[in-house]
Formats: sequence, structure tokens, C-alpha cells
Amino acid sequence: MTTHNPAAPPTKPLTRNIEEGREPFGVTEFEKRGGYHAARKALKQMAPLEVTNTIKEANLRGRGGAGFPTGVKWGLVPPGKAGDNGIAHKYFVANGDEMEPGTFKDRLLLEGDPHSFIEGMLLGGYAIQADIGYVFLRSEYFLAAERLQKAIKEAYEKGYLGQNILGTGYNYDLYLHTSAGRYICGEETALISSLEGRRAIPRAKPPFPAISGLFGKPTVVNNIETICNVPHIIEHGAQWFRSISKSKDGGTKLYGASGRVKKPGTWELPMGTTARELVEQHGGGMREGYKLRGWLPGGASTDFLTADHLDLPMDFDSIAKAGSRMGTGQMIVLDDQISVISTVRNLEHFFAQESCGFCTPCRDGLPWIEKLLIALEEGRGKPGDLELLARHCRLLGPGRTFCAHAPGAVEPLQSALKYFRADFEAAIARGAATKAA
Amino acid sequence: MLSAAEVKEIEHELTHYEQASAATIEALKIVQKHRGWVSDEAVKDIAAVLKTSAADVDAVATFYNLIFRRPVGRHVIFQCDSVSCHIMGADGLRAKLENKLGVKMGQTTADQRFTLLPIVCLGTCDRAPAMLVDKDLHRNLEDLNEQSLGELLDGYK
Amino acid sequence: MTDKKKARIIVDGRSHEVDASTNVLQAALGAGLNLPYFCWHPALGSVGACRQCAVIQYKDENDTQGRVVMSCMTPCADGARFSIEHPEARDMRSAVVEYLMTNHPHDCPVCEEGGHCHLQDMTVMTGHNYRRYRHTKRTHQNQDLGPFIGHEMNRCIACYRCVRYYRDYAGGKDLDVYGSGANVYFGRAENGTLESPFSGNLVEVCPTGVFTDKPYGESYTRKWDLQTAPSVCTHCSIGCNLSPGERYGKLKRVENRYHGEVNGYFICDRGRFGYGFVNREDRPRQARVAGSAADADAAIAHVAQLVKAGKVIGIGSPRATLEANFALRALVGEGNFHNGQASGDAVVTTQALEILKRGPAHIATIKQAEDADAVLVLGEDVLATGARLALALRQATRQAGYKAAATAHIPLWQDASVRTIAQDLKSPLFNVTAAATGLDEIAEISHRATPNGAARLGMAIAHALEGSAPIVAGIDAAETALAAKMAKALLAAERPLIVSGTGCGSVAVLQAAANIVGALARLNRKPSISLVFAEANSVGAGLLAGEPLEAALKQMESGAVATLIVTENDLYRRVSSSRLDAALAKVRNVVVLDCIATPTVARASVVLPAGSFAETDGTLVNNEGRAQRSFQVFPAEGIRESWRWLQQVAAAAGINGLGDDLDALTAACAKLPGLHGIENAAPSAKFRIAGAKIPRMPHRYSGRTAMNAKKDVHEPRPAQDADSPLAFSMEGATGLGPEPAALIPMVWYPQWNSPQAINKFQSEIGGHLKGGDPGVLLFKPDAAARPAWFNPPAASSALEVVPLHALFGSEELSALAPAMASRIPAATLAVNPATAEQHKLKHGATTSAKLNGSTASLPVAVRADLAPGCVGVTVGLKGVPAVTPGATASFGAKP
Repeated sequence: MTTHNPAAPPTKPLTRNIEEGREPFGVTEFEKRGGYHAARKALKQMAPLEVTNTIKEANLRGRGGAGFPTGVKWGLVPPGKAGDNGIAHKYFVANGDEMEPGTFKDRLLLEGDPHSFIEGMLLGGYAIQADIGYVFLRSEYFLAAERLQKAIKEAYEKGYLGQNILGTGYNYDLYLHTSAGRYICGEETALISSLEGRRAIPRAKPPFPAISGLFGKPTVVNNIETICNVPHIIEHGAQWFRSISKSKDGGTKLYGASGRVKKPGTWELPMGTTARELVEQHGGGMREGYKLRGWLPGGASTDFLTADHLDLPMDFDSIAKAGSRMGTGQMIVLDDQISVISTVRNLEHFFAQESCGFCTPCRDGLPWIEKLLIALEEGRGKPGDLELLARHCRLLGPGRTFCAHAPGAVEPLQSALKYFRADFEAAIARGAATKAA
Repeated sequence: MLSAAEVKEIEHELTHYEQASAATIEALKIVQKHRGWVSDEAVKDIAAVLKTSAADVDAVATFYNLIFRRPVGRHVIFQCDSVSCHIMGADGLRAKLENKLGVKMGQTTADQRFTLLPIVCLGTCDRAPAMLVDKDLHRNLEDLNEQSLGELLDGYK
Repeated sequence: MTDKKKARIIVDGRSHEVDASTNVLQAALGAGLNLPYFCWHPALGSVGACRQCAVIQYKDENDTQGRVVMSCMTPCADGARFSIEHPEARDMRSAVVEYLMTNHPHDCPVCEEGGHCHLQDMTVMTGHNYRRYRHTKRTHQNQDLGPFIGHEMNRCIACYRCVRYYRDYAGGKDLDVYGSGANVYFGRAENGTLESPFSGNLVEVCPTGVFTDKPYGESYTRKWDLQTAPSVCTHCSIGCNLSPGERYGKLKRVENRYHGEVNGYFICDRGRFGYGFVNREDRPRQARVAGSAADADAAIAHVAQLVKAGKVIGIGSPRATLEANFALRALVGEGNFHNGQASGDAVVTTQALEILKRGPAHIATIKQAEDADAVLVLGEDVLATGARLALALRQATRQAGYKAAATAHIPLWQDASVRTIAQDLKSPLFNVTAAATGLDEIAEISHRATPNGAARLGMAIAHALEGSAPIVAGIDAAETALAAKMAKALLAAERPLIVSGTGCGSVAVLQAAANIVGALARLNRKPSISLVFAEANSVGAGLLAGEPLEAALKQMESGAVATLIVTENDLYRRVSSSRLDAALAKVRNVVVLDCIATPTVARASVVLPAGSFAETDGTLVNNEGRAQRSFQVFPAEGIRESWRWLQQVAAAAGINGLGDDLDALTAACAKLPGLHGIENAAPSAKFRIAGAKIPRMPHRYSGRTAMNAKKDVHEPRPAQDADSPLAFSMEGATGLGPEPAALIPMVWYPQWNSPQAINKFQSEIGGHLKGGDPGVLLFKPDAAARPAWFNPPAASSALEVVPLHALFGSEELSALAPAMASRIPAATLAVNPATAEQHKLKHGATTSAKLNGSTASLPVAVRADLAPGCVGVTVGLKGVPAVTPGATASFGAKP
């Protein structure tokens, strides 16, 4: 029934079925191309723990931004079937709340190859022995929701979801939950709160969701791109997955670039591809008349890097060493024509607006930062404002706030103050001049 | 009073969760789909169906930016105001929209046809600036002019 | 509970031995250190929202850098090292206050919270004193939250304590948080009265002035200008400790006074807002003889003459102090003393006391009730008759959740995480009452039964537990199954608790509760019991014994009584008015002492204005048999303590044995059997700290010498208090903890001006007060006792009259508080739909009913939540006659 040839594993597994402008494959066509083969293999031949161990060996790191090893996350879930040991349910949840500014990869995967994702959901669910899976999808992804819903229906009809899947006795239901907005839902514990129909307030860790997550039950939350990698790892093995990467983090990565490059877009490339290759080769270089002044490696909540850093391989550790984070690997290019302060103000406006309002520094510190940046922009800056901004960056840093929202929020600000300090100083000088006049 | 159709849809969502209150967001979205927005009355009605309190439902409704607790126009324009669109000219697009519609961001046109709202990153940064009109994504709007904007909006009566 | 695991933590180089099960913030506060916080609350646990309690944690002794952690979210691991004083930690804490203050208004001078404000204290403590924020503040509109609570949202610092207390802890449904980010709003979904019976605690839970005491705000005095005394609530039998505050002769407010075993941090709204009767213009304020105002001495002489003339009987009161009752008893003679209860009430009170005293059940304190892991409520609407206990039972249902959390290694103070893993998991609570109560929503099973039905079910539970308990004849299969289910849960529990009381007026219900604890004890379980009594001193009055009211009526009717002395008792609430009218008509002299204007006062030939709880020292015995001393808050002109009037009458009449001060009187009372030890409820009047009395006024009290200048420019001599170790003054031993807990008028400590200063007065945070919680336990039940079984009552087909209770309205004194007026329900004749149909009763139609001797004409309320076979009447409401327990009803012709 399959035309799939395991002898020739793909070099671009995530996007192999995706083609711009074409409807995604239905279940039959998907099966023909090797779809659900990994699921069959796992459910029929592999113990749940083997699936988890394979993912561990592959060194698949979370593609949502934090880069936590996926197999390790799964391994934290208490073993056993849902219903055993007094655990009524176990949940496997996909984080499709793609809302990190500058990030546009999960949309591509869901719109382009929903069955691949569902297969990943099934494998993840099986590995932790979940009985229910949820896809938490941001509200605005209407097309993705429509295509996913259709694919889920097909998967149920084909017996890949529901009761006694593939005759193995494994039961697993999959539901699509579309959100009602708010960036904070992307934080895994806030996502769990939201999925419970509550305000999306993050939760304290420990206890980790693997112990007490959705409805207080063992839960794993993984990013869409992370999940889409799973079937290929099961199909082709951990070694293969590591082999297609240029770095020690396994696999390929959906890299992207936005801003004033000639050909902005998303590309599946080996993990560890350099930033320069992204901008110059795949992005086609800067548009006429624009120069690259800086770049955010992977979304709004990462530190700026400069042209000096373009030869860095885009992997979690290399970017971290340079003082930023790879985040989602979708870079935002800052050109020389746009105001740095206005761009940072735009970023901080976003973070201030999207704070959930639970902890003090984030709730009250981010609006203060935004107001200071507006003041600078409008020529109302004062001596001392830069020191105050730097102080905010420190006070909103890791450990100071309840979750990672504010620490992420101050990353572009603290790095802008470092790399583009002259712009800020000029704004203060302008403020002093305005006042004198 | 919620309509029979609304109650039926909400009750279907209830089957997806181990707790009724988990369907709060779905319930709000269902009511909004049918009525365009969620009134105080509707908040109470949803609370009754989910066997929770109006306060609990409203605590959720007011948290999420895509639940409208005030009436909106027949069509809602969400213009992305996040960083990639900012770099690619979101301010210009916003000015064009405000000018064309004769309202400021956050307002509804006098004929109740459009409500103009900001939205965070729409995840289509390679084709910035972008906006969403109802469920339709419009992108690469950097060079949109008076005429092409008019044509775009003509699609929404 | 006992033998808590200890850990040694090092804070700023000093080693502290702390409870290993707690968090670093709580441990630090317990060690007496000053560490600012907002969102943490000892009763609410930690959530890590405010980030105020930041400290530095070091990895080990070689780590000099450390990292910032929130102390409230950090467990006390043995050997862990911290610094509060590290510059980085101090900077973080002052920064958090600076952030909070960006939106907080500068309205301290006009804010009710000023001088009482945790936010003020923490701001000063962190050293934040210069404002760098130069931008606009966010503003909110306020809501009308009803007669008790004011709302000023601009002051909000979003610590989330209000919703955590109101929703999570107290189970309220109508307060929540709206919006997100910097625009969060705490309030109701719309304007309207906060529905929780515990809403008043928001005033103390809120660390600043968002939720304020509305009646207090309307007649406001700064905290430091209030005269306060250690007081005990007189509005039910639980005996919550209060700290009432007075200025200009008016009681201004009532605050919770922490008691480690009774009320803890919280009281109910009846207790907090029920004090308004004290300030009423219409209460007796001057002695009156034969309808005319009289000089106090003349009135005393007059009554002394009457006493000397003989044929005197006295009627005491379950709402008066032991001393007031005892003085009356001593004045009129033991044989002529009646403790003020009607016979039906007396029978249930006596039965309840017997059950408590003899064992085998342990008598649960409120704190212990919170730890019960299975609860059966039999026949008592606890939320209406002993509300504070109901709040404890709500916490008891969390025990199963705590167990789940402990299994997952989640520390119990990590509140949000405990609630997450617990979800809807609750320990069993069974609520068997005649009508729906506020506990139903947390009950595993709510069962509606008349008192007779509840008693039979209870007896069946006892039998299901222990076969030797009597079989209930004629009980149906469904009820047998129900009894078996409840029995099973009680048996499986480690700390089962049976809650009942005298509220439904049924001896059989109490006996059923006794059989259940008897059965559990026989099965080697350790059952606890908690019985709710009708009034603040029902237990004390019950211990004084004396004949019931009906005996007094008989004597009066026979013409054998020349002088009747009634102390703080409105007899019209207790016996049928027609009978009482006739009896009183046969008595020449009716002397009434009271603090409120009652129909009985209106019938008096001599009125002696008695002090309310705010103007009286005395001892009350609560429902667990805890004798607690309550102290006078302020002297009021013309008003004397009941016991003092009676003491002075006795002296004038040449009757000995009452002494001439409180201590002598209490000591005499303590000689009675069952009352030994009451003198130790608080130190005597001779108690001094370094030779000084304890001041009722804080040292910053202003204008003491001038506040009455408009009446008299001469500085009055402060009133002298010969009866207690407290002084009506700001001079004396300042209250910094060395005084016994029973003598702490209000808590204050350097740098801690808000009620959170209580941390400094506890031997461990959230635990007992230093030197022991106030009061003396009079009952020592024998755990080994195996008293004989009570026999089940026969099934009844009569239409039972069931006393229902309203938290606001059923209690005599609080019902007179103006703030209560809009919260008091209208009286009805409540019937079940089947009963309504049987008797052809229409909802809303005014109907007459004969309630065992009395006739009531009230609108019918057809209530599906009421058990069939009964008529429910809410005690104490306007139009509701005195109903004898065990009464039956019949419907007459409709008027």
C-alpha cells in the first residue's frame, strides 16, 4: 500500500509534502507517500518507552524557542496507561499558539501537511500513553484550523485516532481547541490554564506539567514543529536525524527571515546553518538601499545581534554563546532606515500589552519601559532614562518574574542599549534640546 | 437567552473536556460567532449553561483580546502591529486604513460596516505588512494605495 | 500535626531552626525577621505573584554570588542559605514597591487604610521613597458592592489576594479578576452586594485600601485614634475573638482578633458588621423608674427595696455574660433563678452539653475542624448559626486534595499547585438539613430531612457503623443505603468530624450525633464533634442551670411573683406573646436590664441600661466549652454592666456573695460545679506589666485631653478601670508581645501598622499566639467513655415546625445594626411543593398557621429545597413568633 522507500530518507522531512499554493495531501495520498508508517511501526513494534528513548537519542530539542530536549520531557511523565495507578487521564498537547512576532513556521506545517502533524501527535501520545490529545491553535489561523479539522476527521475514519488504534488496543482522542488570543498562551503552563477554560496565567514549576498539568493530570506540551519531527525520527532513526544536522542538535530547522531582505521566507535547512546563509543566500540579501544593522535570531523575545555575528551557526548553543537565543530560529532583520528606538518601542509595546498581569515586575515594569521609550521617541527623554531602562532590564530578568515573558521582553531592549547606544543617547540629547528651546 | 443552536454547539464542546468550565472559551466564541459579540446577558447565559458564575465567565472573557465585550462592525479588520510589519511599514498601512475608513484604530465606522483593531503578529512575516479581514488574510500591503485599498474593502459589504 | 520535621536554614549568616514543611518567607517571619510581602497570606499560602519577598539564595557556603529567589516559593531545605540584607535583594524589593506605586494614587491622607496599610508599611520597610515614574497612572471606576464593603480600585496593587481569599478560600462566586496586563480589575461582574457571608474579611485581606469597611468609612476615625479592647463576638456561639474600636462614644468598627484555635484570621459578616446596635439612639441609656428618668443611685435603691420586699425571681440570658447571669442568680437566690431559655431550648442545650462533656468524642476547635477528612453535618445550618465553623468545614473538604499534593511532593503551602492537582477532588462532607444551605455546593451528598428524619438517618448511620447501636425501625431501603454510604466514608477517615447543634431544636438529632461518635469510638476511631449552640453564652447559661422560662411563667401566673428581674433577655422571642402578656400583667414590678430596646424593656417598670459587649467586661463560654473573657472597650455615660447594676443592688439590699468588682464576682461564679477555671480565662485586674496597665489606646492616640472640649474645657480625668488590667488610656505597657494573648486589644509592632503585625504575636506563623491562645476549656471529655446508646425516635407523620436560620436577621443583636437592614430576608412560611399541594398553599399568599400555640400570618414560600412534611420558619425575623422546638404546625383559614 505504500510507495514509500525507506532506503532514501528525506533531507527536508518537515516540508517534503508541502508545496505552496497546493492543498495538503488527504489521508490516502499521505499514506501513499509513507504517511502513518511510523505510527504503525511504533504502535505495533515499539514499547512506549522505546519511542521516548529514540527521541532522546535523536536529541530533538523543542522548537518553540526554549530548546528543551523533547525525549527528556516525555520521560518525566509517570509510566503506565491512563486509568492506571489512580491517574484518570494523561494528556498530550500541541502548542500551536504561534504568536512570537516574526515567527511564521507552524502555520506552514499545519496548513501544508496536517497529517504529518497528526501522526506526530499520535506518536507523542503513544509514547507517554496519553488517552487524549489537544491541539491548542491560535484563533487567527483559520485556514490551518479548517485543514486540521478535516485531517483529524479523516484520521478518525481511517482508525488512526479513536478506540483501538490500528488494532493495538491503544485509545487516543484528538481535539482541536482554537484560542481567543493572547501571546502568553504560548507559555506552556499558561496554555494549560487556557485549555482549562481559565485566564491564561502561568503556573509555578515544580510541579511540572508532566506530573500535574492539564486538569492536574500528567501532561506534555510540545511545539508544532517539534511534533512534526517525531514521525521521521521514528521512521528513519535517531542516527539519521542527527546526521541531517550540521550541529549537535538533531534534525533540520524551519528557519526564516523577515524584514527588508529581498526574499523573506521560511526554509527547512539543516540545524546549524549560519545566519549569513539565511540572509544572503536564501533571503537574497538586503533590499536595494538598505543595510543590515542588526537581527533578532528567533522572534521578538531574543537579543539583538549585529552584522558581526552573521557567521554564527543557528543552533541553540552557538547563539546562546553570542549572548542571544535561537528562539524560533526565525530571524527579524533590522535595517539602517528604520528607527531603532521605534522598533524597540514596538517590541516593548507588544510585551507590555501581552503581559498576563499576574506578577508585579512584568505587569507594571513593561508599561513603564514602553512609556520611557515613547518619551525618547517623542523627544521627551531625560538624562538618566537609559540607566533607568537598564535597571528595568535587570529587574525583569530571569528569576525576578513569575515566568519567562518579561525576561524575554527585555532581551531586545538590553541588547539594543548595548549595540545601538548612540541612537538612545541622541534621543536623550534631542530631549534636552527640546526642553532648552 | 442562548439559542438552541448555541446551546447545542456549547454542549458538544463540553464532551471534549473533563470539566464543564473548560469549555468557557469555546462557549464565548460560539456566542460571538452567532452574534458578533458577547453581551452582559450572554455572559450570564453562558455561566448558566456551564454551571459556573457570571463573574467566572467574564474573568475569562475580558482576558482574551479576541472576545468582544462590546459590539463590533459587520467586518473586523485586524491590522498586525508587531515588529516585522512595523519594519515593513505598518504605520503607513494604519494611516491609510484610518483615512479610508474615517475612524481611528479601535473604532467602528458609523455605518457599522467595519471595526478597525490592532492584532499581534499574524505569523505571515515574510509577506508583511499584513492584515486580517474577518477570516481573510491580506498580505504584502506595503504598496497598497487608495484605489487598491478601496477594491480590497469592496469585498466586504 | 505534632512533631513537625525541622530544618536548619541560614539567613544572613545566622542559623534558624524552622519547620521544614514551610517556605522561607513564613520561616523568616516566624523567626521574627522583617521580610516584606503582599500576595502570601498564612491562610492562603504562596503563589509567587507580587515578587515582593525576594531574597538571595546561595548554592552552598562557597557561593558568594547567589541568585534572587522568591522566599514564599522556596522550601526550607535543611542547610539552605539565604540573605535578606544582600543589596541585590534589598534593591529588588524596593523596585517591586516602586513598580506597585507607579499606579497607586497618592491619596493616603484621605484613604481609610492610612495608618493601617500593609502597602504603606512595606513601602517604608523597603526604603522606596523617591518617585521616578513620571507618566500617567491607570484609573478605574469603582463598584457599589453593597452595605458592607467599599471599593476603590485605583488603589489596587493587583496582589490577587482578594480573589484568592474570596473565591478559593471562602468559595464566593461573585468576585473575580477581569482584564489582563496592567489593566486588571478586581470586582463583581456588575454592581451589587457581595454575596459571600465572609466578604468583610476582604477589608483585612486586601493589603491596601481597595476593599474597605463601608460603615467604618462612613463614620471614620484613624486607626491610631481608636480605643480598643480584647473582645468576643456575641452574635453566635462560636466565640470569635474581636477587636472593636471606639471613638467619641461610638463603636466605629470591628476587626478580627486572631485566635489560633477559634477564628484564626477570619470572621463572618454578622460578627464584623453586627455591632451597629451598640450605637443605636433608641437603646436604653438612662435608668428609668415607673416611666421616668431616674438617677442611677435612686434606681439601685429602688430595686434594692423591691428585692428586700421578697417574692423576687430572676430571668437571666444565654446572650449575657456568665457574670451577669451569676450576679442575678446570687441576687435572687438559686431557687429563684431561671437561665432564660424556654423549656424546649433548655432541653436541647442540656442534651448537647451532656454529649460534649461525657465523651467519647473530642471537641473540635475551628482549627481542628479544618483538618477533618470526613464531615457529617446533621440537622444544623452551620453557615447560618455558626458561620465561622462553616468556613472551616470548607477547608476540611480540601484534605483529599492535600493528600494528592503530598503524594506528588507538592508542598501544601504552594496553593495554586495544590489546587491544580486537586481540581474538584474533595474530602467527603455530608450535609443533612431540612433546607438547602451554603454547604451543599461542597457536599458530596446533600440530603433534605426534617429534624425527625435527620435523627433517624443519623441513628441508622450509627447502626451501620456498629451493629450494637439500635436499629431504626421502619427506615426505607434508600435511607439505609444512604446511611451505609456515609458510615463507610466516616469509617475510612482518619479524622472524622460530626457537626450538629441545637439549631433545629431536636434532642433526637443530638442523640443521633452522639450515637455516631459512640459507634466510631467503639471501632477505635478518634471521632471529633462540634455542636453549635443558639447564642453566644448558651453554654455558660446552660452550665448555670436554673429552671426554664415556663417555670417562671407558672410562678408569675400564680401571682407568686412581686418582682421580676430580667437580665438582657427579650422574653417575647422565647415564649408565646399572649401567655407572656398575661403573666407579666400579674407581676407588680418588672425590672429589665438590657442594652437594646426590646418589647420586654417596653413592659418594664424599671429599666436599667446595660452595657453591650462593648461596654462590658465578662466571660462567655463558646460552643466548645471555652470560657473567654471579653473586655469593655469604652465607658459609656449612664450605662453599666448588668453584673455591676446587680452587684450594686445586692450591696444596697445587703445581700452578700457578689463581691464588688469583676474578679470577685468571677471567682464566686467559678465555685459553681462545671465552671471551675473560668477565672483563668484572662489575668485578673491586678495583672501589671512592669507595674503598668495595658493601654486600650495606641500611643499615637490624639486629642484625648481635648476631644470633649466642646462639652467641657476642663480635661476630664480618664475613666478608671478597677475591673481589668486594661486602662482607658494611651499610657501603660505598650503592646509589643509580652502581654498575655487574652489582653491584646489590637496588634501593633514597630514597622507593622496593619493587622499583619499579628506575625509578631504568634509562636509560629498561623499557629498559636505567644503564651497560648486565650480562654480556658471547661470540658474534658473522656475518650474512653462508652455511654449507652440513645434510642431512635419513631417516624413522625405530623407537620413539623422547623426553625430555619438567617445569618443576617435571626440573631437578635446584629439584626438591629443599620448595616444589616438590607441583608435581612422577609419572613415566610416555607413549605415543600408537595406539602403546599397537600395543604392547598399558594406561593406568596399570606396565610395563617398555628405553630404549636402561636399563630403566624405570613406569606407562603414554596421551596423545592425544603424537606417534605415540615413548615420552615426563620427564627427571629419580624412576624415570626417564638416557636417551641418540636412544635407541630397546622394551617387555619386564610385571612
